Amino acid sequence: MQIKSFYNEILTDHNLRPGNKHALPEANYELRGVNPSCGDDITLRLKVENGVIEDGAYTGDGCAVSQASADIMLDLIIGRPVEEAEALSGLFLKMVREKVSEEELEQLEEAAALQDIAHMPARVKCAVLGWHTLDTILVDLKALDK
Amino acid sequence: MIDVTSIRADFPLLASRPDIAYLDNAATTQKPREVLDAVRAYYETENANPLRGLYDLSVRATEAYESAREAVRGFIGAASTREIIFTRNASESLNLAAFCLSETFLREGDEILITVMEHHSDLLPWQQAARRHGAVLRFIECDDRGLITEENFRSCLTDRTRIVAMTHISNVLGVENDIRTFAALAHSRGAIFVADGAQSVPHIPVNVQDLGVDFLAFSGHKMLAPMGIGVLYGREEILEKLPPFLYGGEMIEYVTREDATYAELPHRFEAGTVNVGGAVGLEAAIRYYARVGFHFIEEREKTLSEYAMERLCQIPHVRLLGSEKAADHHGIFTFTVDGVHPHDIAAILDEEGVNIRAGHHCAQPLMQFLGTPSTVRASLAFYNTEAEIDRLAEALSTVRRRMGYAD
Repeated sequence: MQIKSFYNEILTDHNLRPGNKHALPEANYELRGVNPSCGDDITLRLKVENGVIEDGAYTGDGCAVSQASADIMLDLIIGRPVEEAEALSGLFLKMVREKVSEEELEQLEEAAALQDIAHMPARVKCAVLGWHTLDTILVDLKALDK
Repeated sequence: MIDVTSIRADFPLLASRPDIAYLDNAATTQKPREVLDAVRAYYETENANPLRGLYDLSVRATEAYESAREAVRGFIGAASTREIIFTRNASESLNLAAFCLSETFLREGDEILITVMEHHSDLLPWQQAARRHGAVLRFIECDDRGLITEENFRSCLTDRTRIVAMTHISNVLGVENDIRTFAALAHSRGAIFVADGAQSVPHIPVNVQDLGVDFLAFSGHKMLAPMGIGVLYGREEILEKLPPFLYGGEMIEYVTREDATYAELPHRFEAGTVNVGGAVGLEAAIRYYARVGFHFIEEREKTLSEYAMERLCQIPHVRLLGSEKAADHHGIFTFTVDGVHPHDIAAILDEEGVNIRAGHHCAQPLMQFLGTPSTVRASLAFYNTEAEIDRLAEALSTVRRRMGYAD
């Protein structure tokens, strides 16, 4: 078949056993992200103190790609300064839409497992749902700082 | 003797892509060579702007277009070609019917009656019509197999029901509504009956006079014809009372700065340059149906449906929606797999070359009623094979394992 399977173990594991899919009462930022055409629906919650993402979680439902991607994203950004999270999000979007270098791929850690989604244009929106929601929160957060 | 092998050879896409099991026929069908050749021949030898040109080529284009109209008339058993309006697709046909019927017949407080299983194309135009005229949009519920009983239908009809719109065969459950009975009941209360034939006309013989419907909408592309050609049948005496839908070229009789008189039926409803190539393709598709015959098509789809039902029901964790009887499905099988999102199922099946549809199938009220926001749908045509159903079943039985489940 011409399409390489992207349902690898990292993806299915994060979908079936997500570490970050739960409530987060101490969150100070919360945003819902929805793909209306396919029904993927997540709510992302972050606890941000002094420019650092101290904790984060999500709830929602949707396809394995949308859910696993959000879970992997949170593993990657929790504990990082906002600027680093922003840069990683930019890298992720670059990975699923065009191409990234080997070094860039390494920075994305487990999120690199989603790179083959670029071969499935219809599913890119599932993979980026969590990251877009994150970006929107970070833009708001920076606007508040100013 | 017609057999599936010779039929598949008629379809260039099926012949050139043996890697694909195309099971999304309720969305659109593949096209036989005969249809593709007819469209090509029209553009190569007869193309001109029809209905207005005074030269021979334009006259021939007009003849090609009107010949297609006559073919459609015969195919659905209409009394006159004046009752056959060409549109882009069933959606446009239903928009035309909803807009024009509501302008003429709907007053504040009147009721439009539709069913919970309508495709959005047969829901949204009525929603808008009701809103514009202060009318009430009422829904007939079905049971979880998709059945609407006569009793249920009767109880929803009132003295204010002006229009009843209903799908002939559901695009989700495959179930057939008893249009003949419901149309007669609607008429007994003075209501106009509109049928959505998008999923029935390609699969079973449909005769508008026999069914007693006032309007019937369907798409060419779901019945072997090109995309961009559809049909609205309307009973002449009702069409005569309707205002135009779109205004412009070719739909007028006489125009002044302030006013216009409109062309005769059916041209009044076909503003602008029409899709002759599409109509010629539809006529070729109708010829193809005539050659293969509904007897063969229905038998073949029944056999395939029984086989599909048997295979799907054997797979653990696959839950089929609708009737437990294969004959009720008309080749449409909508299901879920426990714990796996339909979009993931579709992607995994695609890796195996099995083409199916996943999502809400443009019927969100029905999906809400059934309690499943999203499902997978495999839909058959007479050119499908048992081997393709095997491929579907085999791929489906690997889905859970590939998504990380133990069984």
